Amino acid sequence: MPFHFANVLVFAAIAILFVLGSLVGGHFLRPHNPTAEKEMIYECGEKPIGQAWYNFNPRFYLIALVFVIFEVEIAFMYPVASVYRSFIEKGQGMLAFLEIFVFVAILAVGLAYVWAMGDLEWVKGLKQDVLKAAREAREQPRKAA
Amino acid sequence: MTESVFFWIFAVLTVLLAAQVVLRRNPVHAAVSLVGAFFFLSGIYLLLAAQLIAILQVMVYAGAVMVLFVFVIMLLNLKEEEMGHERLTAWKIIGGASIVVTTGLIAYLALGNAYPTGLLRDMARTQPGFGSVKGVGQALYIASVLPFEVTSLLLTIAVVGAVVVAKGKI
Amino acid sequence: MQGFLDNLIRHFGHDPATWPWTQFVYLGGMALFAFAVINFAAITAGIFSWAERRVAARMQSRVGPNRVGPGGFLQWVADAVKLLTKEDLVPAEADKILFRAAPYFMMVGFACVFVALPFSHRLVIADMNIGIFFIIAVTALIVVGIIMSGWSSNSKWSLFGAIRSAAQIISYEIPGGIALMIPVMLAGTLSTQGIIRAQGGLPWQWFVFDNPAAFVAFVIYFISALAEGNRTPFDLPEAESELVSGYNTEYSGMRFSYFFLVEWGNMWVMSALATTMFLGGWQIPGVSAATLDAATGGTAVALELLSLAIFVGKTLFWVFVVMWLRWTLPRIRVDQMMNMCWKYLVPMSFAAVAFVAVWMLVVHAVPALGLVMRAIMFVLGVAFTVFFVYRTAQNIRDTGDKFDFTSNW
Repeated sequence: MPFHFANVLVFAAIAILFVLGSLVGGHFLRPHNPTAEKEMIYECGEKPIGQAWYNFNPRFYLIALVFVIFEVEIAFMYPVASVYRSFIEKGQGMLAFLEIFVFVAILAVGLAYVWAMGDLEWVKGLKQDVLKAAREAREQPRKAA
Repeated sequence: MTESVFFWIFAVLTVLLAAQVVLRRNPVHAAVSLVGAFFFLSGIYLLLAAQLIAILQVMVYAGAVMVLFVFVIMLLNLKEEEMGHERLTAWKIIGGASIVVTTGLIAYLALGNAYPTGLLRDMARTQPGFGSVKGVGQALYIASVLPFEVTSLLLTIAVVGAVVVAKGKI
Repeated sequence: MQGFLDNLIRHFGHDPATWPWTQFVYLGGMALFAFAVINFAAITAGIFSWAERRVAARMQSRVGPNRVGPGGFLQWVADAVKLLTKEDLVPAEADKILFRAAPYFMMVGFACVFVALPFSHRLVIADMNIGIFFIIAVTALIVVGIIMSGWSSNSKWSLFGAIRSAAQIISYEIPGGIALMIPVMLAGTLSTQGIIRAQGGLPWQWFVFDNPAAFVAFVIYFISALAEGNRTPFDLPEAESELVSGYNTEYSGMRFSYFFLVEWGNMWVMSALATTMFLGGWQIPGVSAATLDAATGGTAVALELLSLAIFVGKTLFWVFVVMWLRWTLPRIRVDQMMNMCWKYLVPMSFAAVAFVAVWMLVVHAVPALGLVMRAIMFVLGVAFTVFFVYRTAQNIRDTGDKFDFTSNW
């Protein structure tokens, strides 16, 4: 078994050397005369306005949160899935099935909750924002008057 | 022999990268160092014959949690001036001292009789499938049915909690 | 591979268990194999980039690359030379360390997959007992590379592309991961070779025809793999009409080519994985895995080559399907992409796992039912294929295939 994992290490090392080797080798082949225009960040030919490192939509954050939890769940289910067959062959299949079923069912409740709360809707937040902005825009002239 | 060579390589790299996580001013650099640290940590798990834990370390931490961290970093997106100045405060001195004390204690315990060397390796040698995915699967079925199901419940609560908390804040 | 190296050492009259140089021979062997496999991946990726353009040209009645070499086959070599001699630009405003480091992460994540990916009956780098789990884990590194490249570029297009890509890949990892659990349950092992051994050479012995849920799992896996590889219809992260080129916008020359390589090389990985998990892998029809193990001398070499040809053939067929889909389907929207994952694929994959769990119990009680289901599934599959070919042929006949595409070759 250590042999197998040593392979992973060697593969990672060779992959790094592959990239490094071709970059260093290419160094002697390619030109290198950067100018300010060349080193500018591409923004469709315009001069870039500000940095790109600004806040972005929290929806991505929600997706990542839900993902982490489901990933942990997959990590838990793989060991159990890999021995399910041997348990059936031992005649303890019903017990094993109930175990898997309860596990999946409880998690399905979680998914159903997130779904029912509308957190899987991608467009919903956008619509509310737009509606709110539109409402405010309608009320603004009234207040001014 | 080979094992201890690899252990020291992994251990030194893990500690170096973990130090980078704390010392880097740029949060994204810190997150990337964290991925490296997790990667070498999983190498140490492999040396301890804990294959499942090693794979989980890469899959859940280096993959999933790292993406979450980066999203959080980009969501908050602290500017350089918002991060505060680098200066020595009493709290930092206390924190540094407590790190030294804790590390010393752990090292003292690890070198003492609490953790006999080679215990895990002996277990791996005597019990076939120890630490492997199948071995853990067997254990989850027989010895820890209830914890396994409770984990599922915990994960469900985590999903619901995460969504509720995130919605309240954002 | 360890066995091969052991035999090599024995061949030179040493005992691998006691010879002090054994570990160095192992290391050298591993490095050699790793270098060969990474080059194989790079070259297939190059050939796929040529094949993809030819397929696109044929499907959309236009001219593909046809100047360099016969049928333009050497176009990918010309592209590689061009990329090698192009200037390597690092934007002045970019985060230079991460910008330079991102391609390494991509390549490491991509190369490590090949450790557990089989090619034929004996040709596998390491037949790990956690094979498929390992593959799922290391592909996560590609996401890290994508986020790093997008963030460090300090370009709006790159950042948008990277975030979209990351969100898409992590979302589709869930249904993909759960779908791959079904072959694991059916085979009772995580080893990729073990899963192939649990299947057979004939189509009705494949897991894809084992029961309806397994077929559903195959479809879910395939869709998820398309999304994880950023292939059309899920190529939103590099939608050229809105995001220029996505996360690799600021990269040029050789550094760009690694992103390119990983993307095209991924087509091999996803197809090979589909072949391994659902479509019988290298199993030769009528020849059991035990016969293959027992074969010696010339027969063994012939059977080995045959198994390699079968595996590569199946894989290339699915690579073609991936290209076919790219030039047939339009790109979907972000909300459609997310809806499809969380509201359709994830619940369906949960249901499929539950169904397979029940089905395995039923088959254990009444083994005949399993055979009947396999037969029904296989007959349905054949009927559908025949119907599809018939309809396609009819369409071509009705519209009249008026264009002489071959003149461009």
